[in-house]
Amino acid sequence: MAEPTPSRRKTGRPFSVRHIPGFTAIAAACFVMLYAPIVTLVTYSFNGGESIALWEGFSLRWYVSAWANDAVQEATVRSLVVAVLASGIATTLATMAALGTTRTGPFPGRMVIYALINQPLMVPEIVTAVALLIFFAMIKIATGYTGLAYLVVAHAAFCVPFAYLPIRARLEGMDLSYETAAADLYATPWQTFRYVTLPLMTPGIAAGAMLAFVISLDDVVITEFVKSAGQDTLPTYMLGQLRRMVTPEVNAISTALLGLTVLLLTAFFALTRKRG
Amino acid sequence: MARPTSALSAGELTARQTIVRRYWLLCLPALVLLVVAASGPLLIVLAYSFLEPADYSGVIWNLSGEGWFKVILNKDIFDDTVSLADAHMTIFWRSARLSILTTLLTLIVGFPTAYFIATRPKTHRQYWLFLITIPFWTNLLIRTYAIMEVIRNEGILNSSLMALGVIGEPLQILYTDTAVLIGMVYVYLPLMVLPLYAAMERLDFRLVEAGYDLYATRFQVLRRVIIPLVKPGIIAGSILVFIPSLGAYVTPRVLGGGKNMMIGNLIELQFGEGRNWPLGAALSIGLLVAVMAALVFYVRNEQAER
Repeated sequence: MAEPTPSRRKTGRPFSVRHIPGFTAIAAACFVMLYAPIVTLVTYSFNGGESIALWEGFSLRWYVSAWANDAVQEATVRSLVVAVLASGIATTLATMAALGTTRTGPFPGRMVIYALINQPLMVPEIVTAVALLIFFAMIKIATGYTGLAYLVVAHAAFCVPFAYLPIRARLEGMDLSYETAAADLYATPWQTFRYVTLPLMTPGIAAGAMLAFVISLDDVVITEFVKSAGQDTLPTYMLGQLRRMVTPEVNAISTALLGLTVLLLTAFFALTRKRG
Repeated sequence: MARPTSALSAGELTARQTIVRRYWLLCLPALVLLVVAASGPLLIVLAYSFLEPADYSGVIWNLSGEGWFKVILNKDIFDDTVSLADAHMTIFWRSARLSILTTLLTLIVGFPTAYFIATRPKTHRQYWLFLITIPFWTNLLIRTYAIMEVIRNEGILNSSLMALGVIGEPLQILYTDTAVLIGMVYVYLPLMVLPLYAAMERLDFRLVEAGYDLYATRFQVLRRVIIPLVKPGIIAGSILVFIPSLGAYVTPRVLGGGKNMMIGNLIELQFGEGRNWPLGAALSIGLLVAVMAALVFYVRNEQAER
């Protein structure tokens, strides 16, 4: 790697090949721009007053009032139920698919599998949302069922690629020789999977499950179109609130969600970084 | 990982076919879910775009091109004269303009930022990167709300500008195109920085040094050495920002305040108050085609780089 070359100019700092004037300032501005709004939002969630612009002292009243709000409680429970079920389904299916696509050389149709799995990443969310609205409306009319299953299925589908990618990355980084060794020692395929492959790929599965959970928890657009009446999740509840007079209660809910996301992401990075 | 297939005997080949079938079976549940709840319904949308709208909502199963017709044209209800659908044109133009501007602005801010991170000592880079990643995974709605708080009339932007005496009264930014633009730049910025960083991390600084040795100025090195070398990252970042910008729904809805619609909001309108599902379906397919075209352009470019 290049080290700074000796100064070519008579004055100023030593000449660095990596330095470009102004770039550091723009980068600093970029980080400030990224975090200032979030920090403001979090700060005002602790505001004692009604205002989201005027600081009136520290207080936890908005957390208390959000917690006491039945609609918020219901939406929270619904968000968590959907996220747990959807990420569970997505992770299970993604694990199977990852095993199916990485433990062998290229086989016919593998590109089709990739395209299908990654499809939710490529199609605009609003288009998928509309498609599901139409499709589920047909089923709702045909069966009369309007429960939570629609949300779970929709979420599970768009969570699959997010669960699949880290699991596949983990499997691709794994040495096949362990599995070969197990097979040489007369382990059945199931035993090999249960005692060799599965423990080795667990960090990938956990990472995939976490991403899927975060993605499901954060979804607004598809949920907004798929949900039946009275099936608000936390994000769609917030979207509804933003149309009216906003109180710092929304800030409190946002901060709680934000905290959960950061927690899960930190865990995700700890899990995926181990291999260096 | 791939075993050479050419060296296999006939018996091994049938064994391999069994194995391949087993791998397909492993993928099957995921594929079924995705076909049922992601790809399949897109075909229904395509079909709906050629049907007649029902009075309240939904469709009448009669073949009709009216949905597609109405995407760009209007027929006068009194004298049947056909004219360009101005309202739609305004929205398409706004969507295209804001998406392109968002891409350009994120590039202008994101390029130096990615460069800054890529030139940090190796051990520090992952922390800087983590700082970019956190907003990336944070709920889009929360980030949009956060920016709304900043730019609203009583928000910190206006109040600090007024405290500094720059402006006498608050600037009305919220519920304008500018608000939507600021919001989209804010929420999609990490999507630009991450692929740019990936490209710059691999940048060989000996080439930069060679440029300086040949008496290039900083600007020449940037334009003739660095930018050509990280071009794949620039294209990847631009596509990653452009695609969700074009299909944006939450940001224009919250920051545009209902008036300043983009295509995503126009689509929603047809399934809500507009009550014209075929038109909404046609708009959705149109958006999908535009996005796919951008993706094909990207893949072609990627292959050309290799």
